[in-house]
Amino acid sequence: MAEQIYDAIIIGSGAGGGMATHQLANAGLKVALIEAGDFYDPADEAQRTQLRNPWESPRRGASTGRRPFGDYNSCIGGWEIDGEPYTQKGDTEFMWWRGRMLGGRTNHWGRISLRFGPLDFKRRDSDGLGDNWPIGYEDISPYYDKVDKLIGVFGSNEGLYNDPDGYFLPAPKPRLHELYYIDGARKQNVPVIPARKSILTKRISNDRGVCFYCGQCSRACGIHADFSSSTVLIYPALNGGQVDLLTNSMVREITTDAEGLATGVRYIDKRDRQEYELKGRTVVVAASACSTARILLNSMSPQHENGLGNSGDHVGRYLHDSTGASRAAFIPDLMDRDIYNEDGVGGMHVYTPWWLEDEQLDFTRGYHLEIGGGMSMPSYGFGFAANQYNEYLDQRIGGYGNQLRDDIRRFYGARLSIACRGESVPQYSNRCELDPSVVDEWGIPVLRFDYQWTQHEINQARHMQDTMEELLEASGGIVLGDKPGADETYGLTQPGEIIHEVGTTRMGIDPSTSVTNEFGQLHDAKNVFVADAGTFVSQADKNPTWTILALAWRTSDYIVEQMKQRNI
Amino acid sequence: MNRRETLKSLFLAPLAGTVIASTDCRGLSTNSGSQISWTQLPNEYSYGRTDAEKLSDQQLFAETYFREHELVTIAVLCDIILPNDHPNGGALDAGLPDFVEFMVKDRDRYKLPVRGGIAWLDNYSIDKFGADFVNIAEEQRQHICDDIAYPDNDAPELQAGISFFTLMRNLTLTGFYTTEIGFRDLGYVGNTPNVWDGVPEEVLRRHGKSYEAEWLSKCVDQSTRDVVADWDDDMNLTT
Repeated sequence: MAEQIYDAIIIGSGAGGGMATHQLANAGLKVALIEAGDFYDPADEAQRTQLRNPWESPRRGASTGRRPFGDYNSCIGGWEIDGEPYTQKGDTEFMWWRGRMLGGRTNHWGRISLRFGPLDFKRRDSDGLGDNWPIGYEDISPYYDKVDKLIGVFGSNEGLYNDPDGYFLPAPKPRLHELYYIDGARKQNVPVIPARKSILTKRISNDRGVCFYCGQCSRACGIHADFSSSTVLIYPALNGGQVDLLTNSMVREITTDAEGLATGVRYIDKRDRQEYELKGRTVVVAASACSTARILLNSMSPQHENGLGNSGDHVGRYLHDSTGASRAAFIPDLMDRDIYNEDGVGGMHVYTPWWLEDEQLDFTRGYHLEIGGGMSMPSYGFGFAANQYNEYLDQRIGGYGNQLRDDIRRFYGARLSIACRGESVPQYSNRCELDPSVVDEWGIPVLRFDYQWTQHEINQARHMQDTMEELLEASGGIVLGDKPGADETYGLTQPGEIIHEVGTTRMGIDPSTSVTNEFGQLHDAKNVFVADAGTFVSQADKNPTWTILALAWRTSDYIVEQMKQRNI
Repeated sequence: MNRRETLKSLFLAPLAGTVIASTDCRGLSTNSGSQISWTQLPNEYSYGRTDAEKLSDQQLFAETYFREHELVTIAVLCDIILPNDHPNGGALDAGLPDFVEFMVKDRDRYKLPVRGGIAWLDNYSIDKFGADFVNIAEEQRQHICDDIAYPDNDAPELQAGISFFTLMRNLTLTGFYTTEIGFRDLGYVGNTPNVWDGVPEEVLRRHGKSYEAEWLSKCVDQSTRDVVADWDDDMNLTT
């Protein structure tokens, strides 16, 4: 058999890899898609968790090491993976999430799909910190438009400058606790608008279903009514016959020739533990920001002594994650409520975008508020601290017997929670690098993390706590627990915990301070592209997926054009 | 001489009631010969597991952690926390002892607190009433539960018992409300395909809330949900 030379080898099947696969295959390229995890299809009865009742699992939805967000969550992967360690430098406590399945993290993400706004690409212009992107909103907005129409996202056009309008599907109506939040937020002059999520509240094509409101997007949807890279992008691409999919394949390195150009990849088939080689004209790395950095750093050769794309020592640097903090309240007005089906779509129906752009604050860059609560399905943990709200009713906490049933019903759904997600300031010193002394079970050197929050993020978390307290109280809530103080860095999440890590192969004009150009093309090897969030110069206070998709589409168009021009 | 054995033989009290569930029962005896039974939960589940997860579940089910006496004590406690004498059924109907056993094996951090908690309970029971918790009279057990079921009781000598009882109450309630009979008891009506169209009108009224026209104009008209979306060039949905 003649050796196959692929037009493009794509590493990773998440949002970026899925989009690149879809677009390059549609353009007629012969594509190899490599995924470190197994094949996954939420409609396959052997893998389905959607619509299962809690008693179908012996642990009733409790988390496990393999499924940290609960054993019905569709993610296979997590912060700890058997045989694939990572290490920390000094007192760093970076949490590194990895998906190991077709579609990666897009199987279980929150589907929050926010465009970055014009200001988000030029943050240095407003606060003098970090760097501007080499592109602006006008460069990416046509791709956001196309992503909206291809994949589908509900929301509303609000005319907000830095939270741009889009081609939205209509939003679901607010739930009852969300109406309480809307009233509370307005009382405090804080805006609240319909959420923006890639869930089909309306038909977008005849190939995908329409949401049937089970509220379980995190379990992946069997009728493809929400966005997963696998169901929406990869299956159609596989049907086109242009794509060879290799699962359970762990890429060790990208191979290069005497000119320093990529010739393909070496990978380990996890089933037989043997190493294999694939040949390709181009390589698209979309393994997620840190895994992409790891593959590049492990791709050392005489032409790329410090790793591929790393001549300027920037691979792995400027690693940054979103900030986070959360708080919850008991809403007495929601006690003894009428019980009806309130599952809705997965997660919130309303949210608050950043609203203090023009304020002078003791931190730079904003955050948005995600709203939680409602009469969700009982799962492991339901009934813990069953009557803790008795504290506010001059009743005794604890007890036993049938009165507990009354407590459970009385307080069911009487809770409102807020989670903040903010923008951090990218730092040269926050990075992942190879740990030369530790390898994973495939013999590949692992990553070591070196990451500290700055005072900006800590001050931002303090502001989040004040905001959450104010809004929960204005919504009629009694805020629960103690407000975290300076000794707890105001409840600021650990870096990596929000799973929005970006920036490790940032784009830029200057090859000495960036890894790729504005199209994700490595400065050091013109036939290697990055199509994940590694290229982000800054992670706005928006969830990164919609921007990964738009940039991956833009990169794919560029690859096709460069191939046509015979530049690669 | 072993103090506990002596006391046990001196102060054996019969269990007040014998609980018998209807089908698939798992029954265990107390020292005094009374029987406690509960609905047996399956040892095999099919819920979209990977091969590695299947193996790990099998290993958990194969593992024996509790002694019979410990399981009986768990069963008696679960029954006290959520009794079976209720029209909607209770902890034993919901197979709680099996659930607690599985969760304790699944979560290492529960192993010591539950084993040690049972031992604490027996020690306390022997000191107070002269026999293990499961072998004292129902009123005596109630007396002990009144001591340890309320976290606001700050007696230092009871804190270990209070922590244990709190854990058992948490596990019992979560184990009950995640079963079919628990769903019925709560009245939960979700987890089923539907076309959600907002909070029912009468509920809105009761809470003094309403949907404003402006907000509703951004929301889905469920009568056209199956019409394929299209937009004009100004990003307005036209279908």
